[in-house]
Amino acid sequence: MKSLAELQALRDSMKGKIGVRDDAEGNIRVVVGMATCGIAAGARPVLAAFTEEVSKRNLQNVTIAQTGCIGICQYEPVVEVYEPGKEKVTYVKMTPEMAVKVVNDHLVNGNVVTEYTIGAKTK
Amino acid sequence: MEELSLNILDIAQNSVRANATRVDITVAELPAEDRLVITINDNGCGMTPEQVAHVEDPFYTTRTTRKVGLGVPFFKMAALMTGGDFSIQSQVGKGTRVRAVFGLTHIDRMPLGNMADTMCILMGCNEQINFSFTYQVGEAVFTVGTAQLQEILDGVPLNTPQVMDFIRGYIKENMDLLSGGAS
Repeated sequence: MKSLAELQALRDSMKGKIGVRDDAEGNIRVVVGMATCGIAAGARPVLAAFTEEVSKRNLQNVTIAQTGCIGICQYEPVVEVYEPGKEKVTYVKMTPEMAVKVVNDHLVNGNVVTEYTIGAKTK
Repeated sequence: MEELSLNILDIAQNSVRANATRVDITVAELPAEDRLVITINDNGCGMTPEQVAHVEDPFYTTRTTRKVGLGVPFFKMAALMTGGDFSIQSQVGKGTRVRAVFGLTHIDRMPLGNMADTMCILMGCNEQINFSFTYQVGEAVFTVGTAQLQEILDGVPLNTPQVMDFIRGYIKENMDLLSGGAS
C-alpha cells in the first residue's frame, strides 16, 4: 500500500537532481493536447504512458505537460516534442504503445519516429 | 467518452482555462440513495448568466480553434440518461460549480473509470492550481490535495514523471480500498 512516507523517500532521491531541471540544457518538453477532442480520442492513456515510461527509465531531462485544443482535432491524440535548438516535432493519432516507442527512440536515442509525425500521416 | 473520469478531466480543463487557483473535485457514491454525485468547483473567472445559459449548447464555445464545444453537453447527457440531474452555477469573478447526479446502479451509467489517471494529470500538469479530490463511498471518505503533496515534496515539481507515477498509484490504491476495487 502506497503511503505519503513513500513520497517523502521519493522526494529525497529526486532532490538535487531536480533543481536545475527546467532550464537545464537538453531539457525536452513533451506536450499532450488535452481538450475534449484529445480526451475523447484517447489522450489520457497516452500522457500516462509517457509519464510511466519516462519514470521507468528514470530520465531526468524530460518534462511532460498538457495543453488545450491545438486545432487539428482530426489528428488527436496529438503530442508535440520541444527540444532546445531543434524544430518542434508533432506526433499525431498517438496510442500508449506509440508513446513508449517515442520515449525510447526519440527522447532517449534522439531519433525522431518519422512514421508517426504529422508530415508522414498527411501525405 | 466511455468513462465518467474522462468527463471530469474534460470539465476540469475549463477550470484550468478559467485561470482558477483552486479546484475541488468530489465523487460521492451513495448506495443508500442509489446516487452518484460528481461536483467540480472552481474559483476561476466565472461566466455571465448569458454564457451559463449557452454553455449546455453544443454549438457554443469560447474557443476560436473550432466551432463546437462538446465537453459540457457530453457530461450533461451522461447524467440525464441515468435519470439524474445536471446543473451549473457561476458568477463572474467568483467561480463556477458544476454538479452532475447519476443513478448509481442505472444500466446506462458509465463506469467512473480511471480516476487516478485523471487526478494525476490534473495535479501533475497544473502545479499553479491547488486541486483537491474527495472520493466518498457511503460513509467512508478519501481526500488528497495539491497543497498536501507540495508540502511533502518541498520544491520537487509535481510534474516530475516519478512523482506523477506515485500520485497515480496512491490515489488508485486508496480508491480501491474504499470501493472494493470496483469503480
